[in-house]
Amino acid sequence: MGNILEMRGVCKSFGEVQSLSDIDFRVCENEIVGLLGDNGAGKSTLIKIITGYHRPDRGEIHFHGRKVENLTVPKARALGVETVYQERALADLQTLWRNIFLGRELCNRAGFLDVSKMKRETHRLMVEAMEYTSSAVNPDAVIKTFSGGEKQGVAITRALYFHAELVILDEPTMGLSLQETRKLIDFVRGIKSAGKSAIFIDHNVFHVYSVADRVVVLDRGRVAGEFLTRDITLDDLMEKMYRVAQTGSLD
Amino acid sequence: MTAGVETPRQGSTDRLWTARIAQHVRKNGLQYGIIGVLFGLWLLFIAGAPNTFLKPDIYRALMTSVPYWGVIALPLTMVIIAGDIDLSFISIMAVGMVAFWQVYEWTGSLGVAFVGCLTVGFLVGLLNGIIIVRLGIPALIATIGTQFFWRGVVEVIRGGQGESLVLTKGTILRDSLVGKINGYFPAQVIWMVLIGIAVWMLLNRHKFGAHVYLIGDNENSARLMGVNVERTRMLLFALVGLAAAFGGIIQSVDVWYFWPNLGEGYLMNTLAAVFLGGTSVFGGTGTILGTFVGCFIIGAIQPGIIAIGLTGYWTKLIYGLIITVSVAMHTILRKRIS
Repeated sequence: MGNILEMRGVCKSFGEVQSLSDIDFRVCENEIVGLLGDNGAGKSTLIKIITGYHRPDRGEIHFHGRKVENLTVPKARALGVETVYQERALADLQTLWRNIFLGRELCNRAGFLDVSKMKRETHRLMVEAMEYTSSAVNPDAVIKTFSGGEKQGVAITRALYFHAELVILDEPTMGLSLQETRKLIDFVRGIKSAGKSAIFIDHNVFHVYSVADRVVVLDRGRVAGEFLTRDITLDDLMEKMYRVAQTGSLD
Repeated sequence: MTAGVETPRQGSTDRLWTARIAQHVRKNGLQYGIIGVLFGLWLLFIAGAPNTFLKPDIYRALMTSVPYWGVIALPLTMVIIAGDIDLSFISIMAVGMVAFWQVYEWTGSLGVAFVGCLTVGFLVGLLNGIIIVRLGIPALIATIGTQFFWRGVVEVIRGGQGESLVLTKGTILRDSLVGKINGYFPAQVIWMVLIGIAVWMLLNRHKFGAHVYLIGDNENSARLMGVNVERTRMLLFALVGLAAAFGGIIQSVDVWYFWPNLGEGYLMNTLAAVFLGGTSVFGGTGTILGTFVGCFIIGAIQPGIIAIGLTGYWTKLIYGLIITVSVAMHTILRKRIS
């Protein structure tokens, strides 16, 4: 299987702080990669480089084997990268339909919006993808009135709409109820069975282990190690995570 | 997970409709509020001064003078929705007229001079945007600086001298900008309506406006979703500059004279109209209709007070009262809505 994404020797620092040093990272086609690491390990920085939000100081990024220079957010989205951010990247005071199409509004060549189509699509997506009852979906509802789980649903639905090749989920279970979390895990499995890829970041090792094909452990801006989940038990993985956190080494 | 707001059960279409109506009111409540204030004030003025407010002259006067700065309040609303502010437009009004006169002296063409005026207004506004966005200076401070700077430029170039615009008499430029339609309607109020419609379209039916709301609501989300925040913000300041130059030329041509202090005295009116219209100083919400109505309320207060028979000393007190009460009302309404 080919790589959807490959990063080589990626470095990033913010002022004095070296956030990532010499990272090699890849995601294969139809693969769920779990990204684990303690706070400050560099997980968020890594994914924000993939989404084009941060520029790496050094290193190469390849999509489908082709090197991409000057990756920006619109470029990454055009390459099929959709992200469900930890902070959800929603606009609280705006309506549901505007949030679904944030930064990617459906419009004609002159830039005028096709409002009715966006509302229609929003309604369809919420019903089909998120399994809401038809009458409960209101594209004109303001996001502020939604619960945490509903907001997460919106962020996920948005990622789905644009036919992502690679879905990045940054701490998606944060603030979700047990039932919502289970639904989210099912959603990640759905990405796999639809033939797409995902990067799944979570504090909860158990969640990551249960859906990921491969787990990459980051520590202080370096890749400390990676494992295929079928080759390692959850207990061993947990054990290694503790050891990394304490000593900076897996063994 | 349910999709927020209402969770109807079977046979509850009535409740669904109630919910939809409630939502409509929630969404447009601020606009109904401001229109209510307009009518309330109007009735008050009619009751207090029927001789003035039941005759057409006062309305013609309002339609003549409110557009001078009202055309600026409309794009300024977008700047404030995006979470920025501009205090320099009063000086840009005069800068535009300096450019108008210079170009006219060089070319002898009023049409070219008009284009030159608008172009300079746009560019000066854009420069505001560049200073604010590229250097990261808060707009409030940056535009205090540019307000003084451009007023200074006008005073230095003109040496404090004005310019008679009597030569525009009978020209297409003057007739189309400030001519009287049917001998009554001042053309500038039509321009204000057209600009209002254009800005409304831009804000509500164009990608640009979607990004304006988004930037004011959550700038970080806008960046994460790939919106070009810098370009959008810079363009907003340029649009205010363009509108300021337009307002400046309307007023100058209408009064037959370019005064170098053109624009002074409009700063507070214009800002007050935007905030009175329900635009949040925190960004993310605001409407063009609200600003439009706000302009006429602000414009009507002074003549209204005098017509009722109070002295002009009351003007500022009542301005202050209406603005404070309206903004308080908006804030309370907004809290109840959420």
